[in-house]
Amino acid sequence: MALPPTTIVTLSLLLLLPILSSSIVEEAFSEELLLKPLPDRKILTHFHFQTEAPISDDSFARHHHLFPKSIAQLVKKFHIKAMELSFTQGRWNYERWGGFDPISSQNAKPPGVELWAVFDVPPHQVDAYWKNLTHSLSGLFCASINFLESSSSYSAPKWASQSALGSLRYGTLPREAVCTENLTPWLKLLPCRDKAGLSALMDRPSIYRSFYHSQRLHLTTSKAPADGLDSGIILEQTLTVVLQPNIQRAGISYPDEIKIQPSWSLSSIFGRKINGRCVLAKSSNVYLQFERGLVTQLENIQKNTVAYDSNDTGTEVLRRNLCFELSITPDRVHRELEKSSSLLYEYSIKGYNDTEQFDLGLIWKYPVVWSSPHAPLYASRFLTGSGNERGSIAISLKSTELTKDFIAANNVEEKCKLQVNVLQIVPWYIKVYYHTLQILVDEKPHAVTDFVEKMGVSPSEDKVSPGLMELVLRFPCEIKSAVLNIEFDKGFLHIDEYPPDANQGFDIPSAIISFPDFHAALQFLNNSISNSPMLSKLQEKSPVLSYTEVLLVPLTTPDFSMPYNVITITCTVFALYFGSLLNVLRRRVGEEERLLKNKDANKAAILRRILDKFWGRSSESTQPQQPSSSSSSSSSSSFINPKLFLKVLLVAGIAVIWQYYLK
Amino acid sequence: MMKKSKKVQWFWTWVIGSVLLRLILVYFPKNLNLSSRPEVSTPLTSIRRLAEGYWLKQSSMSPYAGSMYHGSPLLLTLLGPLTVTRIEGQPDHLLCSLLFVMADIVTAMLICATGKKLQAAYSSSLQLVGLHHLSEDSDVLPSGDFAALVYLWNPFTIVACVGLSTSAIENLMVLLTLYGACARLAPLAAFGWVMATHLSLYPAILIIPVILLFGYGPDAPPRKLFRQRKNLEVENSTTGDKSCLEDELINEKSMRSVFSWRPVVLFLFWALLWSSYVLFLCGIYVQQHGGLQEMFKRTYGFILTIQDLSPNIGVFWYFFAEVFDFFRSFFLIVFHGNILLMIVPLALRLNHRPCFLAFVYIVLASMLKSYPSVGDSALYLGLLGLFAYELKDMQFSFFLFSGYVGVSLLSPVMHNLWIWRGTGNANFYFATAIGYACLQIILVIESVSAMLNHDRMITKLSTAKLQNVKS
Repeated sequence: MALPPTTIVTLSLLLLLPILSSSIVEEAFSEELLLKPLPDRKILTHFHFQTEAPISDDSFARHHHLFPKSIAQLVKKFHIKAMELSFTQGRWNYERWGGFDPISSQNAKPPGVELWAVFDVPPHQVDAYWKNLTHSLSGLFCASINFLESSSSYSAPKWASQSALGSLRYGTLPREAVCTENLTPWLKLLPCRDKAGLSALMDRPSIYRSFYHSQRLHLTTSKAPADGLDSGIILEQTLTVVLQPNIQRAGISYPDEIKIQPSWSLSSIFGRKINGRCVLAKSSNVYLQFERGLVTQLENIQKNTVAYDSNDTGTEVLRRNLCFELSITPDRVHRELEKSSSLLYEYSIKGYNDTEQFDLGLIWKYPVVWSSPHAPLYASRFLTGSGNERGSIAISLKSTELTKDFIAANNVEEKCKLQVNVLQIVPWYIKVYYHTLQILVDEKPHAVTDFVEKMGVSPSEDKVSPGLMELVLRFPCEIKSAVLNIEFDKGFLHIDEYPPDANQGFDIPSAIISFPDFHAALQFLNNSISNSPMLSKLQEKSPVLSYTEVLLVPLTTPDFSMPYNVITITCTVFALYFGSLLNVLRRRVGEEERLLKNKDANKAAILRRILDKFWGRSSESTQPQQPSSSSSSSSSSSFINPKLFLKVLLVAGIAVIWQYYLK
Repeated sequence: MMKKSKKVQWFWTWVIGSVLLRLILVYFPKNLNLSSRPEVSTPLTSIRRLAEGYWLKQSSMSPYAGSMYHGSPLLLTLLGPLTVTRIEGQPDHLLCSLLFVMADIVTAMLICATGKKLQAAYSSSLQLVGLHHLSEDSDVLPSGDFAALVYLWNPFTIVACVGLSTSAIENLMVLLTLYGACARLAPLAAFGWVMATHLSLYPAILIIPVILLFGYGPDAPPRKLFRQRKNLEVENSTTGDKSCLEDELINEKSMRSVFSWRPVVLFLFWALLWSSYVLFLCGIYVQQHGGLQEMFKRTYGFILTIQDLSPNIGVFWYFFAEVFDFFRSFFLIVFHGNILLMIVPLALRLNHRPCFLAFVYIVLASMLKSYPSVGDSALYLGLLGLFAYELKDMQFSFFLFSGYVGVSLLSPVMHNLWIWRGTGNANFYFATAIGYACLQIILVIESVSAMLNHDRMITKLSTAKLQNVKS
């Protein structure tokens, strides 16, 4: 598999980003919170904490002012170039919550734990570093990240990052349950913990009651532009929570209340208010974002009403208008470059303290219906087939309204193509037949070569490595739906390899679908926002990507209760075979008959002859003397049976040889 | 003469009938799902895995990358292109199916020819011992034709052929060995043996019967009888005048009891030649993918270490899924040792019947194989027909027959209950596997004991006759 020269895939841009940022001179911390109403009556809260620290060679022994020392040591010890760890519960709803904005493409993560890391070490050491890193992280975050240690649970995507070729490792644990024990160590990395500032809002019950929450830790070492040496570490911690606000009745009842978006305030969703900023923070801001669809709707409504005064564009209108009312006047409003694009209200919480608490509220007055921007294709994945022997994984891509816009925009071109990258990792016990890959475009089967531009496969090896499939697909823009289908056989595991709840099934990690031609980024007019790390993050160009569902594959189980029975029964059968076959081979019918005839007559005589031989007596001397003593001698000889004696000797001899030569 | 031509006609009718049946089954949609049945496709014989290996090879990866393909690279070059060739409007794997049908027919023809050789040799040797009437009896049933038809019409063979199991090709190679050895064609026998060993490792033990075949000639009554007879005739000849014919007879008898080294050495030489040739070809094929060492690791290593625990009709998969890890290597050695341990006693006892010895070895191997399939059973059940006359007094034959029928009906049912419906559990299916193993054990033991009894009978008759002559 030759590496393609111009592949821009999933994570590459994410990795390249820190290099663009300027070198870090001193430690800094900033805290930000983004609030965003979602179309389906929910609200997105996105906490963003960023800590920066310069790195110098002697800093190993140094104490940091703000930067968590454990992380600094981690970076130093494992030579981490970039790393991202996320704990997620729930699934980001791409259809309703959008898939074409920076928040969703950067912060929507697959359920469970996802970890990727790029190391700055020679390729042959990467695995060792990865294993150590997983153990350290597992200790740091009280999670079973150490399960990513075994080579069958992580893989090295080839095309995902060009800059980090060979030194990137990626692994997920879809089954990992996320709870407060993971959040607490994560909060401990913040200089104010959750005692002051925005993080004080994090009320555990409200967070874990949410529809989706994802706690992320992104670590990058930035390079100084001059000498290319490590100049600093940027630690970015985000917590993205999608909540359903409680219906807040503002006293007035509206006729069509059901259609109206629920009004909310910080205290109603978190049960707390902001008591002031974390004093260590360089900046602590709260943002309220109205996305593009919503803003367009609002503008339409305003235009249609008579009372609308086009000249009045003051902040008062922004705060209080026909559709909604904000409890606090924003300090600043950012508007995106393009016409009818998203609005961003900025609140600085510098001026608030215990007596004057910050409690932003939004009261809707007029029903508004809008939809979030979608990714070009809506991806979902499912299993087909029944039974526990085989099945197939299908990834379906459905066009959204954006694709139509895209066609309209690119109408000039002769052939508009839509590039889609698929990264699919399957555990080894799902034995994928890669030659069975089928592509159905608009429900018609097509040859794979028609659409697959590149295909990278590293097949799974039993108990050693997971299977990895990377696809670069190119579809015509007017495509309505596409289905990728690939067959697999379910493997059978050893009894010890099943988890305690074996009948629940096994998880196939999410596939990553990315659209390298599309970049989700917000472009704001105002230059002053470059001070805010979160906004600069939102402005960065990041490729649109979405994670598919985690699949649950039931595997057949052996009977766990009776290994002994199986072992004994099987061994008995083989003993039966061995014994009876030898018996058949050994038996000589004619001799047996002869023996049987002579047995009674000769038994005593033979025995005595052997005995005589053994005792060295001549048979001639004893036989005539004691003709009647045969019975007595045979009875006495039962103690000192020469055959028995010989056998004992033989066994002893073997034991001695064993002792001497085989030990 | 009329009777004979009628018989021939009858034989060919049945052969053509079996081919037609196969073709009809091949045209059923999706091969009746036979190619994914655990009874037919083991990790070694599955055509899907072969197709995957070929695909990997075509995309310039090692065919052994991943744990899919574990067969021979030569099979990949032969069958690989056929798995991807599609003919419009025809079933997917039509060319492969046709190849397997052809392999089956050639195997049956070889069985037939081997049977004829065996029968001719046997009746002549019986004549030498002076038991003409026995050989005349056996003329009623031409065992070669019978065995060939048993092979062709055996449901196991049909299922393996329609299910595109590569065991059809392995069987063909084994039969080539046996036929070559019976017909004293050293190059052919050596080729068959080398290929069979290369494809599935277990036929390696057939070298002993093949050497015996080359050394002593095909199956005959115990050699002691010839010696007795010879002594007697020498005694007679000292008294009376000997004719030219008798002289020839005596020569032949003396030849029978003496091991002739020349063909054996020739066979070994050819085996060496073929194996180096095969290794050379494989070496070229896997040159860029880790070389021969990787190939041996992925084929023989996979067979010997039993890594794949997916269910099959053997008992090892479940045993090694359940056994404690620290005993694993011990039991691996014990179970593989079980095959090797029996080689010498059997060879000592049955050295005058090398073909039967080969049959017993084949049964043992297919019983104690890591990944057995019905294709292996089809082979030994076909060969069993060759010894129909000698084994006519076998005990439990009805029980064995109904046992085979029962197990082959019950096993899919249990598999269905366990895997597809989820109402049964693994022990149900394992029980049928144990039952099947027991049946094969009984078959081996009873056939060996029947053969030994037959020898005893001949000895008795012959000595009685000798005593008659003497007195």
